[in-house]
Amino acid sequence: MDLRLDRISHSYGPVEVLSDISLDIPAGEILCIIGPSGCGKSTLLRLIGGLERADAGRVLQLGTPPPDCLNPLTYIFQDFALLPWRSVRGNVSLALEDHALTASRKAEIITDVLVRTGLADFADAVPKQLSGGMKQRTAIARALAVNPAVLLMDEPLSALDAQTRELLIDDLVALWSRQRFTGVYITHNLGEAVRLGHRIAVLSRRPGRVREVIEIGTALDSRTLGDPDLDAIQRKLWHMMRDEAAAADRELA
Amino acid sequence: MVQHRSRDVPFRGGGFRPARIRGVGLAVFVVLIALAEWGTRAGWISPLTLPRPSDVLAIFGELLATGRFWDHMVPSLTRLAVGSALGVSTGVAVGVAIGLFSYVRAGLIPLVAALFPIPKIALLPLFVIWFGIDEGSKYALIALGTFTPTVVATYGAVDNVDRTLIRMGQSFGLTWRSIVTKIVLPGALPGILSGLRVSLAIGIILLVAAEMLGAEFGIGAFILQAGSLYDLERLFAGVVILSALGVATSAAIGALERRLLSWRS
Repeated sequence: MDLRLDRISHSYGPVEVLSDISLDIPAGEILCIIGPSGCGKSTLLRLIGGLERADAGRVLQLGTPPPDCLNPLTYIFQDFALLPWRSVRGNVSLALEDHALTASRKAEIITDVLVRTGLADFADAVPKQLSGGMKQRTAIARALAVNPAVLLMDEPLSALDAQTRELLIDDLVALWSRQRFTGVYITHNLGEAVRLGHRIAVLSRRPGRVREVIEIGTALDSRTLGDPDLDAIQRKLWHMMRDEAAAADRELA
Repeated sequence: MVQHRSRDVPFRGGGFRPARIRGVGLAVFVVLIALAEWGTRAGWISPLTLPRPSDVLAIFGELLATGRFWDHMVPSLTRLAVGSALGVSTGVAVGVAIGLFSYVRAGLIPLVAALFPIPKIALLPLFVIWFGIDEGSKYALIALGTFTPTVVATYGAVDNVDRTLIRMGQSFGLTWRSIVTKIVLPGALPGILSGLRVSLAIGIILLVAAEMLGAEFGIGAFILQAGSLYDLERLFAGVVILSALGVATSAAIGALERRLLSWRS
């Protein structure tokens, strides 16, 4: 299933946050969206997943999601959004409970995603016992459990420290290589964008417009930390964004 | 090379960190009671100002021996249990409804604000007409008294449930019912339980008030009789029972919180 954003504009009251955004998100690819803070990246992601309605323009699903897909558009949130009163297993199970699945099928899915995210030994831990990285792995496991057609990731690594971030980038690349999911990945971290994006869309400052879309040819699993080609792309992105970011920084909300 | 004197960096980070210290609360009670006992025995507190603690204790012995203790306790505890169960359960239901539905919120918050400051005891004559002179009016009084603070605490708690968790529930396509029962209600539980502390304390106050205005048995009636006879020992015995009731309900809610809210960090 592909997604197409068709001329999306959105305002909050008098403040226009997004203006005339058109993007294609083909299946099996990760699209990173970067931009200075306040440029409407997170709003755009909420629009894509149907958590908010755009003032103008449409988000289109092209084709139908695979039949075993329980929740086609699935989010991974910056602040994890785990229920603190449920264990890791309980949090993953939450996403399955409103679907007509047998208890054994549910247990099977939960075990599978916990193994894939390296959480099998932590199934009964509650969120307050987990490190930030483990919390986000739990949220990733929960997202994988519903077998999404598109993963919508809203700065999923921004609440984590730099080392944990590296580990989770590797995890995400490994998960993608195993099963090529479609992803929209919002970030303000250029390093994450060049490691995880097949294409990178650069938004301008508010109101957000698509300034440029950059393609990176290198396969995800052969991108490494400190790769000179990636560094060059990252520098190019930073040059593109620098003035805008500085201007956005001096803006009043 | 200049010689420098070395000294420790002064520590400035102490205090402002409440620690749990056991036994101090009990010690305060013991010291105060011992002072009262000493003063009344030595004579620098006259028996008209304060009853001797050992005499109050003797009253308890007498009450227990004659069985009068339970004659007063059972009706009081029943009234408190029935009245506050009614008030708290409807209060939680109305509070959740206010938290979830904008129309209910718009319609009921002004009404609750109007009911809250009314001294409920002033309504007792009205309740006597509506619900009869016996138990009904007492249940109604305690129920109304516990209802308003429960409503306010509950809708506040529902409002404070982390919106990102609700968004998360919606993003996974959970049903409205699931979002309410699995996300909103557990998330509001801490606020509801701390509201319960206030509500039950108000319930105890109203229990006594109701029993002072027309009851043969009950702690309120017992205190009223003792008061009108200036029997300070019995009066204090009644007051001690009320304090104990307050401590017991608060401890019960504390235990409930530790059990149900162990997930809090």
